[in-house]
Amino acid sequence: MSLEVVTFWALCVLLIGSALAVVLTKNLFHSVLYLALSLTATAGVFLALDAEFLAAVQLLLYAGGVVTIVVFAIVVTERLVGERITQTSRHILAGLVLAGALLLALLRVLRGADLPVERQVITVDVTRAIGQVLLTEFVLPFELLAVLLLVGLLGALYFARPEE
Amino acid sequence: MTVGLGAYLTLAAVLFAIGFFGVVTRRNTIGILLGIELMLNAVNINLVAFARYNADVVGMVFTTFTIPITVAEVALGLAIVILIFRMKRTAIADHLDILRG
Repeated sequence: MSLEVVTFWALCVLLIGSALAVVLTKNLFHSVLYLALSLTATAGVFLALDAEFLAAVQLLLYAGGVVTIVVFAIVVTERLVGERITQTSRHILAGLVLAGALLLALLRVLRGADLPVERQVITVDVTRAIGQVLLTEFVLPFELLAVLLLVGLLGALYFARPEE
Repeated sequence: MTVGLGAYLTLAAVLFAIGFFGVVTRRNTIGILLGIELMLNAVNINLVAFARYNADVVGMVFTTFTIPITVAEVALGLAIVILIFRMKRTAIADHLDILRG
């Protein structure tokens, strides 16, 4: 068993375990904390795939930003209603059947596909290559993304404005 | 023994199915958003895995696009949740039937 295999299985256990905890925990706040754990594990998967830049972005934006916003929203909504929010699930059996069918369909496609086993060698620095492709070939989507973020910011401000 | 591309894609498929289960079964709107987050994460893992095994960074560039878009989506989604909460005093998706015809 090489280090690569051990790392992959450890990440698998961590990621799938915390993801299951996200969808099964009763307490909404615990659910968000498990989401933070699974997002961090995803950053670990990115590291295992030699994408250091994306792992850093994942930690900063997801595990840092998204989790903070969600915790903030939970605190605000709990204060508005004045009680702890417990969340329940409904139609668990139907959801299980649907998700299981989806998983089976995906695995069936994966089994039929001809997928590479060995990684091709990357000779260049990945972060540098990402930056170069981002600002040459994909510069227009990159700028559009900036506009999207601005629109998102204004939209969130508009929705969350104080009542007149 | 090495870890092939199929192993990463299988991991992402399992994660996607778990997120889908969360979206379908959760009653709280914030809980549904968390499920969507898990599904988007699975997609990101797929993109990075394909990029790595084909030695083509374009997949990773796509991931740098999807991550900020997801963050914007969560920010807007939670703003809508808070707004609905102020109007209707509920975060349960079943109670939000004001669009019913």
